[in-house]
Amino acid sequence: MSSIIEIRGLGKKYKLAEAQQYLALRDIISNAGKQLFSKKQKEKEFWALQDIDLDIQPGERVGIIGRNGAGKSTLLKILSRITPPTTGNITIHGRVASLLEVGTGFHPELTGKENIYLNGSILGLKKSEIKRRLDEIIDFSGVEKFIDTPLKHYSNGMQLRLAFSVAAHLEPEILLIDEVLAVGDAEFQKKCIGRMEEISKTEGRTILFVSHNMAIVKKLCTRGVVIDQGKLNYNGDVGKSIQYYSDNNRNLVHKGNNGLYDLQQHPNKADKSQGLLSAEIRIKGTVSETASPGDSLEITVTYYTTTKLLDAELGIVIKDSEHSPLIGLNNKHLGTTINIQMGEKAKAVINIPHMNIYSPGTYFIDLYFGDGYHFYECLYDALSFTIVETDVFKSGTTVKPEWNKIFFSDMEIKTI
Amino acid sequence: MESFRTNIKPSSGFSPGLKELWQYRELFYFFTWRDIKVKYKQTYLGLLWALLQPLGMMLIFTFIFSRTLKIETGAIPYPVFVLSGLILWGLFNSSVSHAAESMIQNANIIKKIFFPRLIIPCSAILVALFDFLIALAIFIILCVWYKQPVVWDTLLFFPAGILLTLLAAFGMGTFFAALNIKFRDFRYVVPFMLQVLFFSSQVIYPLQLIERSYLKYILAVNPLNGAIELFRAPLTGSPPDMNVILISSVTALLLAAIGLFYFRKTENYFADIA
Repeated sequence: MSSIIEIRGLGKKYKLAEAQQYLALRDIISNAGKQLFSKKQKEKEFWALQDIDLDIQPGERVGIIGRNGAGKSTLLKILSRITPPTTGNITIHGRVASLLEVGTGFHPELTGKENIYLNGSILGLKKSEIKRRLDEIIDFSGVEKFIDTPLKHYSNGMQLRLAFSVAAHLEPEILLIDEVLAVGDAEFQKKCIGRMEEISKTEGRTILFVSHNMAIVKKLCTRGVVIDQGKLNYNGDVGKSIQYYSDNNRNLVHKGNNGLYDLQQHPNKADKSQGLLSAEIRIKGTVSETASPGDSLEITVTYYTTTKLLDAELGIVIKDSEHSPLIGLNNKHLGTTINIQMGEKAKAVINIPHMNIYSPGTYFIDLYFGDGYHFYECLYDALSFTIVETDVFKSGTTVKPEWNKIFFSDMEIKTI
Repeated sequence: MESFRTNIKPSSGFSPGLKELWQYRELFYFFTWRDIKVKYKQTYLGLLWALLQPLGMMLIFTFIFSRTLKIETGAIPYPVFVLSGLILWGLFNSSVSHAAESMIQNANIIKKIFFPRLIIPCSAILVALFDFLIALAIFIILCVWYKQPVVWDTLLFFPAGILLTLLAAFGMGTFFAALNIKFRDFRYVVPFMLQVLFFSSQVIYPLQLIERSYLKYILAVNPLNGAIELFRAPLTGSPPDMNVILISSVTALLLAAIGLFYFRKTENYFADIA
């Protein structure tokens, strides 16, 4: 069977000046002026993708995984023709619909129904197709009561539901999806994934799916592709590719000899001069990364801000080896107020006295910090630790990890 | 399945991309429909605004130029004369200014989905055309009111004037839309330039007032002069100045060609720099 998508020698180069928000004529003139007097300075270049060869067969569901900035989104942007490649070529046999964002083109002043038409046609549906599926789309969204109300009166959740419903009713041969399912409530997410699986299985649709949520990738996809620093590093079975990714991305940041993670090197760091600076993990009071179920976990973070932050948020997300979140908590959930003075370097400790995780494996920690107004950052997979198998109940019998993700301390069963 | 074969390659060469525009023709309608809907939502007077703006201008200019400066407009009463210029100018003005801003305003869509980019500035022009048609109705009523005689033989000049305006507006609109994405400086250049074009076009005064013919032909480089010359021809009764129309048509065609070429040449990178 011939491939539905053929990618050969694909590369995309960005000049770093292009990444700027916008240029002013003044900059061009002043640069031209500079070049008159100095030797021609070499423009900074950056290859977002390089030498990508990939064949995708009809009906495959391919998960594209990789760190932030690895080039996954650039690949989808090229495939959906938003930006042209610098080298190589792609041949696609079939209609493509791309979903790089939910609700592209939604307008707050228009009603829900009007937005279905607008969004649908932007996504490539014909007016007659939208008309035919209108009831189905409205029904799927669950917002039929408000369908003639302007979108600006919708809650965020309702807007997302409406947007997803339009997207879920696209019926192209090839569907490109970028991370969009990461938002929205879990129940509705499940509904959407179910629908995508269904159309892919029953009608042989091809899906390319970019996500950080390895659990969804594993559930939805038949094949995995790992991209790192613009190169295709692994291509094969979805489970193995997730394993490959996890093995190679244990630590995004370097740990010094003193046990301190230098967070300033983290790839998500937008502003190296402020925010989270360093972190340390202690298990049972000592610097370590190996824990047994029930041990205490202490994360100490150091942060610094160049502005005053009032009522700041400092939080963690602990994720399992498939990058599915287990818990996500911040100081506000726990009733602690954090106020930071301008130019203050401060520390906080996140203390978990009994970490009741059972499944052996690697766990990842995201750290987020800021007030969402002056400053905000989220450092994915900044830290990690390993849980080793332990006889938690001290009974000598082994507990099956697939049945026991967590455990409850002091649990007992007795005859009465 | 072969009919949906797409090749994606590094960008090179130039093509007007008409086939793709035709494939996506429904989007013209949806973008235009959206902008018209949004424009008059939550306004009390709604579509009346499309009438009130040119009418207000007409009253002001009639007061200044007809009552105080006494500009001679021949067979046409001054209010009819000035409104005919104003509505055509309004079409050009709002086409160019909205088209020039349109790419920036729709940057979030451009970054997330592919469709022929030309649809966006063209829809902005269609919105202006919609307002123009409403204003045209009031203009016709005004003509009836003043019992304006019409030379029916030359009635075809009327749509020709509108077409010439649209052609020039398309050229400038697409050109500045593309430039605006790269250099936001043009946000400030465009309004200034439009003002120069307004005062150098025969909206509020007839071109015949200018005695030196070479000056008249220099002014004809402004495509609005030719367009208004055509537009007013069925009303004045005198034949239009063909040299003016020719010069204006050449400028309009050149503008359209430059605009289309520059836009198509740079559109591939809009998503990277918008």
